[in-house]
Amino acid sequence: MITVQNINKSFGTYHVLKNVSTEFEKGKTNLIIGQSGSGKTVLMKCCIGLLDIDKGEINFDDRPFSALAEKRKKDIRKEMGVLFQGGALFDSLSVEQNVMFPLNMFTTMTPEEKLDRVNFCLKRVNLENVNQLFPSEISGGMMKRVAIARAISNSPSYLFCDEPNSGLDPKTAEVIDQLISEITEEYNITTVINTHDMNSVLQIGQKISFLYKGELWWEGNKNTILDTDNRELNEFVFSTELTRRLRK
Amino acid sequence: MLKLLGEYLILLSEIFKRPDKGPVFRRQLLVEFVGLGVDSIGIVAIISVFTGAIVALQTAYNIDSPLIPLTMVGFTTRQMMILEFSPTIISLILAGKVGSRIASEIGTMRVTEQIDALRVMGVNPANYLILPKITASMLFNPVLIIFSIVVGLWGGWIACLVSGLVTSADFIAGLRSWFEPFTVVYAMIKTLVFAFIIASVSGYLGYNVDGGSVEVGKASTRAVVVSSILIIFFDLILTQLLLV
Repeated sequence: MITVQNINKSFGTYHVLKNVSTEFEKGKTNLIIGQSGSGKTVLMKCCIGLLDIDKGEINFDDRPFSALAEKRKKDIRKEMGVLFQGGALFDSLSVEQNVMFPLNMFTTMTPEEKLDRVNFCLKRVNLENVNQLFPSEISGGMMKRVAIARAISNSPSYLFCDEPNSGLDPKTAEVIDQLISEITEEYNITTVINTHDMNSVLQIGQKISFLYKGELWWEGNKNTILDTDNRELNEFVFSTELTRRLRK
Repeated sequence: MLKLLGEYLILLSEIFKRPDKGPVFRRQLLVEFVGLGVDSIGIVAIISVFTGAIVALQTAYNIDSPLIPLTMVGFTTRQMMILEFSPTIISLILAGKVGSRIASEIGTMRVTEQIDALRVMGVNPANYLILPKITASMLFNPVLIIFSIVVGLWGGWIACLVSGLVTSADFIAGLRSWFEPFTVVYAMIKTLVFAFIIASVSGYLGYNVDGGSVEVGKASTRAVVVSSILIIFFDLILTQLLLV
């Protein structure tokens, strides 16, 4: 479980996160939703330590993280898998080398064991016979799946996904959502997903945190989100013509 | 200016840490040897041959006095190539070729979140990305400069033979006259300093890119400009310290 307590983050005079407190539960897909500029990405970057928080505390299974010096964050970081918005695959490495990268850096596995693990992870994300291709040679959906394979290759305890569906068609987006959800349950990972895709919210939102102008405005799940009387959340959820029609 | 220097020194302190994994570092080093060193052999050869030839021909054309022996052509070509043309001009060329490559490669990794990905994996990105480039440059650039000197002298010799201005015997006699081994040491010291400047400054500028493709382009240009200025500046300082 990841616990976020009263965190604040400002850039100059712009107060992005205001006293945000929440918990991301183990074995569940925890979604952070909100409009663009609401602070979702900043909250996630604070959680993974890419941004330092001004005030508050972030704990990973009761282990303090935000208070640690950069060097000491390394041990907890090795337990994290992160899926970046654009995939962030290493251009100069093949698919196989990308997925193998965390194993090369942090394990003492033999080359054969590493290759077995890579093939297992690629198979798990429904990718086969793409080992020798480079990121520039595969589609956006495949890139996301390779990035997921890389994120899970070192058996992480925490998985962070920043806008996993951005730039994908609805069908591929659904496949990615399903994959993340399955992996979360299968390996009992604490998964945190940053999204504004309502399909994802309704499909895999086991816990949903709605951010509004840097504040935690509402918390619930996919079953309660459609019945809330929270005005700001309703404006967000029913902001498209499709969702408005469905509501009627 | 002080802030930039401070950031640069902090980055250097991150770069010069023990690599996370020895075999991974060695593999990266080999990749950089090829990318930064071997791939530069062609351009170094072409520029050195022509520079050596031009220096030899210009010296020959400017020797009007019968009191000055034609062996001076070989001597002057050797001195020019060892003292200045190979270490400094080739380093300036490498600042353009290698410096822009390093800055744009690392800058692109920054804007596409690849550096963030390394960091959240628990890898020291500065160490992983920049240390092999600095090490490869400092190990391979001296080889390139020695190669440039040899090829430049060969170019000068060929130019003299083809033009008929100086005989082969005179040119070679000049090459062997008044040779001081310290000039080669001086050239190597300059080469090492310039190699460090090119790789570290370009790495720093690429690593700190903030924005998108436009900023990557700007960082690449700045890497060439700043490295070139620093090379000339340190050339003056090193010459003053080592030769004067």
